[in-house]
This record gives sequence, structure tokens and C-alpha cells, in this order.
Amino acid sequence: MIRRTIYANPSLFLVIVLLALWQIVFWLVGRNALLPPLETILYLARLLQTARFWGHIAETGTAFVIALVISVVAGLAIGLALGVNRLAAEVFEPFLLAGNSVPKIALYPIVLLIFGIGMPAKIAFGAIHGVVPVAIFTLTACSNVPPILFRAAAAMRLTRWDMIRSVLLPAALPDIFSGIRIGFSLTLIGTILGEMFGSQRGLGYLLMTAIGLQNIEVIMSVTLLLVLVAATVNTLLLAQDRRLRNPGG
Amino acid sequence: MRIVLYRLLAVLLPLALLEILCRDRVITPLTLPAPSRILLGLWTMMANGTFNAAILKTLTNVSLAFVLSVAAGIAAGAAIHRAPLLRALLEPLFSTYYAIPIYAFYPLFIVVFGLGDAPQVLIGFMLAVVSMIVSTLAGLDSVPAVLGKTARVLQLSPVETIRSVTLPYAAPYLFTGVKLAVAYAFIGVIGAEFIMSGTGLGYEIRFAYDNLDNGVMYPLILLILLVAVAVNMSLDHWERALRARRGRG
Repeated sequence: MIRRTIYANPSLFLVIVLLALWQIVFWLVGRNALLPPLETILYLARLLQTARFWGHIAETGTAFVIALVISVVAGLAIGLALGVNRLAAEVFEPFLLAGNSVPKIALYPIVLLIFGIGMPAKIAFGAIHGVVPVAIFTLTACSNVPPILFRAAAAMRLTRWDMIRSVLLPAALPDIFSGIRIGFSLTLIGTILGEMFGSQRGLGYLLMTAIGLQNIEVIMSVTLLLVLVAATVNTLLLAQDRRLRNPGG
Repeated sequence: MRIVLYRLLAVLLPLALLEILCRDRVITPLTLPAPSRILLGLWTMMANGTFNAAILKTLTNVSLAFVLSVAAGIAAGAAIHRAPLLRALLEPLFSTYYAIPIYAFYPLFIVVFGLGDAPQVLIGFMLAVVSMIVSTLAGLDSVPAVLGKTARVLQLSPVETIRSVTLPYAAPYLFTGVKLAVAYAFIGVIGAEFIMSGTGLGYEIRFAYDNLDNGVMYPLILLILLVAVAVNMSLDHWERALRARRGRG
């Protein structure tokens, strides 16, 4: 009986288990390291009633949305450009993979020196985190498209642009969407990291000052908010991802 | 051969352009010193051993986080594979895990474990272990059920079964997990050093940045990028060698 309910709603039970674990860890480590779940939620609710907190949210939100648009557009452009040109793909693919394994956090001083402290630096930092996975997934998606579709397109004398629009993109869409889902997560983390180091506003800045002041309430509630937003959007994207992969199913 | 040449050009041409721009002071040394200067700086640094302690610290912590995450990831993956209920419960956590900004937990780790190496290793471990678990699960899923039965019919011991049935099938997936674990261990440890720490490469880069010491900062960043790319490339090479051997055998 319980077994079947868990199988039906794994996410719900996961949340319950995580909340219970959180409470237990709180009992173990004490008040100067953690806030219990209920108090964190209440503190977050109180923060959400202040205009200043919404100012930080708006700041982070704006930076994140712009960074995400740049990640997706640039990632798609790079992935497609390499995807339709085999030689270019072979030459540049190792660079993309290397770019994925590099700890991009080490680049933040360079970003700050180029853009200065503020909005552009955060956007750039978010975008360099997001663009590589989108590009890699797009490139892989393109090379997984059955070659016969390209031959059909050539036989119908489609122009290169028409071929991309009506053959390549629809065929590669499910994989590209997975790339965008991962790009979403990484762009969010990148934007927050950018705010932690190179900003005077936003949730990342709030987190960094709270870390400096050992303000557990703020650290916990901002983290909770970020986790909630990231988990919710990711769950929605994942559901859409599955729908794209088995249409009708 | 031609591909290698193009790749070399793709690295050298932008570098040459940067070198010219820097020497002509279009880009001032305050933003970016000339690439040749950075390389020279790195060379002197390594020859004098100025940062050997920091390098050793970071590499030790990265290796610790990496080894722990691979061992724990494979063990946990194998255990979760045998417990379908637990797996159903954890699956949503795995799929949203990388959307969570793990760094936000760093201050809590510092409060709990103190300002030693443990919080940094733990961040690297937490980032790396989940990709290892997920890869292990995927690897175990790829073993055909009939081979498990065959092993039982032949009365193979568990060790023999793992060696001659499970590992050959799961190896490619495990390799992906190992590669991701290396990258995440680097990202986690160096990121944690950036945020709050008194040792390691991340700390030294941040210190140099705060003092506008580009002569130190850029060579150190280059060092991190080179090490990360080199480790990734050698793993790639090893994987390809293994695959080639299996193809022939």
C-alpha cells in the first residue's frame, strides 16, 4: 500500500524525506549552523513581504533571463554552425568539451576586469556557464539526425536555411531541449556566482554578505528560495522534455 | 593530420591576435597582459616554486574529493540499483540536483566543520558524487538481464560475475561518470576556495585580484585551465585506448 503510493508520487515523498532529514540534522548540529525547516520557511515568507528583497529578486531575475537568452541563442548558433559542417565540427568539438571540463569559476576575475562590477559582469558570468552545454547538446543532436533526412532535403533542393528550419531543427529538437534544460540550471548557478563576487545587488550578493556576517537566517532562506525555483522549473522542463521524447505517450 | 593543423591554427591565431592587441596597448595590461607575458609568468612561478604549497593543497583536496566521490558513487549506485523503491524515491532528486546551487551550503559546512579542508572537499564531493551515482545506475541498467541469469547458471561467484559480466558492460558509463567527477571535483574545490578560504589556488587568485596583481592572477588562472584540460584529455585518451583494445579482442 505505502509502496504503491511512493511509486505514484516519488517527488512528494522525496520532499517529506528531505524535510525530515533537515530537521534531524538541525537537531544534531544546532542553531548556530542551521535553521529548522519551519523557521526557514517563515523567515522566507517574511523576507518576501519586503520591497527590498523583491528588488534583489528582480535584479537576479533580469540578469538571469538575459544570460539565459544569450546562452540559448549563442549555444544554438555555435551548435548548429558546427552541426551542419563536418570539418568545423571535427576541428572545434574538442574545444567545446574542454570548455565543459574547465572550472569556469576561475575565470571570474577576467570577467570582472573586462565588464567591471555590475549587471554586465553577472550576465556574462551566467552566459559562459550556460552556453557550452547548449552548444554541445545541439552539436550532438545534429550528428544524431539520420543522414537520410539530409539526403531527402538535398533531393528537394532546400536552401541551407530552409533545411535547418524544416529538417534539422525539428529532428534535433528533443536533444536540443535537454541541452537547454541543463543550460538553464548552469546559467542560474553562474548568475548567482557572478553576483556573489562581482555585484552590489541581487540574491547572490545577499548570500555573500550573509556568509560574511554569518547570518544563518538569510543564508538558509535565500538558499531555500533558489532551490525551490530551480527544482520547480527543472521539474517542469523535465516533464516537457519527456513529452518531446515520446509524443503521444 | 589536416584536422590537427586546423586545431593548432584555431588556438594560435586568436592568441597571436591577442598578443598584437596587447602589445599595441589596444588592450591595456590592467585588463589583460600579453599572452607571452602570462606564459613567462607561469614559467617563472613554477621554476621558483612560489605557489607550490597552494598548488599542492588544491590538488590534494581535488584528488580527495574525486576519489571519495567515485568510490561512494559506485557503491551507492550499486546499492540503489538493488532497491527499486529507494531508486523511485531518489530519481527526482538526481534529475534536479544540478539545478541546486551547492555553493550556498558552503557557509553551513564551515560552521559545522570549521575553516579547514573538510568543507572544500565536501563541496567537491557533493558536486561529483551524484554524476557518479547516475552513471553507475545507467551502467548497471545496460547489463542485459539474460547475462545475469547465465552467470547464475554457470555458478559464477559474485566477484567473477562483476569482473566478467557487469564491468565490461558498465565500463563506458562508469568512464563518463569518472570524467564528470573529475570536472566537478575541480569546480567544487576551487569554487569553495574562492568564496571563503585561506589557502589554495582559488584563494591565491582571489587575493591577487583584490590587489590588482595581474602578473600573478593570470598565470594562476592559466595553470588551473591547463591542469583541468590536461586531466580531461588524458582520461579521454585512456578511454579511447580501452575501447580500441576491446574492439580488437
